[in-house]
Amino acid sequence: MWPGWFLRLPARGLDGRRLAPVTRRRGPETGAGAQEDGLRQVLEEMKALYEQNQSDVNEAKSGGRSDLIPTIKFRHCSLLRNQRCTVAYLYDRLLRIRALRWECGSVLPSALRFHMSAEEMEWFNHYKKSLATYMRSLGGHEGLDITQDMKPPKNLYIEVRCLKDYGEFEVDDGTSVLLKKNSQHLLPRWKCEQLIRQGILEHVLS
Amino acid sequence: MSEAYFRVESGALGPEENFLSLDDILMSHEKLPVRTEIPMPRLGTFFLDRSGGSEADNAIPQGSKLELPLWLAKGLFDNKRRILSVELPKIYQEGWRTVFSADANVVDLHKMGPHFYGFGSQLLHFDSPENTDISQSLLQTFVGRFRRIMDSSQNAYNEDTSALVARLDEMERGLFQTGQKGLNDFQNWEKGQASQITASNLVQNYTKRKFTDMED
Repeated sequence: MWPGWFLRLPARGLDGRRLAPVTRRRGPETGAGAQEDGLRQVLEEMKALYEQNQSDVNEAKSGGRSDLIPTIKFRHCSLLRNQRCTVAYLYDRLLRIRALRWECGSVLPSALRFHMSAEEMEWFNHYKKSLATYMRSLGGHEGLDITQDMKPPKNLYIEVRCLKDYGEFEVDDGTSVLLKKNSQHLLPRWKCEQLIRQGILEHVLS
Repeated sequence: MSEAYFRVESGALGPEENFLSLDDILMSHEKLPVRTEIPMPRLGTFFLDRSGGSEADNAIPQGSKLELPLWLAKGLFDNKRRILSVELPKIYQEGWRTVFSADANVVDLHKMGPHFYGFGSQLLHFDSPENTDISQSLLQTFVGRFRRIMDSSQNAYNEDTSALVARLDEMERGLFQTGQKGLNDFQNWEKGQASQITASNLVQNYTKRKFTDMED
């Protein structure tokens, strides 16, 4: 009932409680393609509104149709609204992508990358680099990985149970363990943290 | 994801919405009754039942009563009311304000437009003579309901809270959630789990979703 420029994108494309830059639009496209499609529709609507307004402004000025001013204002509000929705949507995606660096580490699973646009991937890489530069500047010469130990550690070694088959995992000095589903191991905390966050290992409390 | 993702907060309770806040965008999508004070040419196609027809340049006639979203009403409003004038939605009018002052706890604020406080606060932009009463009412309603929200959020552990939040507006639900998080974090700490490394929420939900996508 309402014209397309009452932007539907945020209500459908996003939900504050959902995760990750995954678009949830229905349709044959998936991943970044669908997101781009929705955005393209919005931009097309904006173009149409803008052109109508340009034409009406000219008519108001040269044709003396000052009664068109409220109409022009109406379309202008719609343009601003579309702009706001688009920017807020893209910004929210960036906030989630930034969170990915902290949650998943510096290598993103391909399933997630599938849902990111090329520009977003580029942004992620820039962010990674900024973070790495910063971390290198901490703690004297060696730098400090502040994405580790997100919870205060109690022990150097922790007990973990394997939730999925993962394969060989090198521990230190060439020794390795076989991470098979349900196997349990006592491993150095700093080696396991990533795998636990990825859901491959489970931290077992004694 | 919840740990590292910090969304843009709502500014609706303050003087201005936050441009980038998704909550504010959703809030300002809600409608309010307005009256046009001047004909608006060429927009009649959006309101076919009001349109003046092609002889009148498809205008929305002056004096039309419409329901417009808040963002549009805000954009077209000025203090001289040249384009439109705004009417207060019923729940902010005197009748309902009396109900709230009698007992704020019984009202289903979620049904009354889920952004009761945010929308009501932004309504103050329209310079209604009732603004003082509206703002008082918003504040007192919140004061009346807050105690129950705090209590229930701090005491509902590991249970279905849908009945508790059903009649809360969005802002109150946010508060409830914050309370729950505090409770859960504390319980975690008591159980000695505060130092347990956990799987990232993001990854967990992603693995679940992958199955759904495959089924589509």
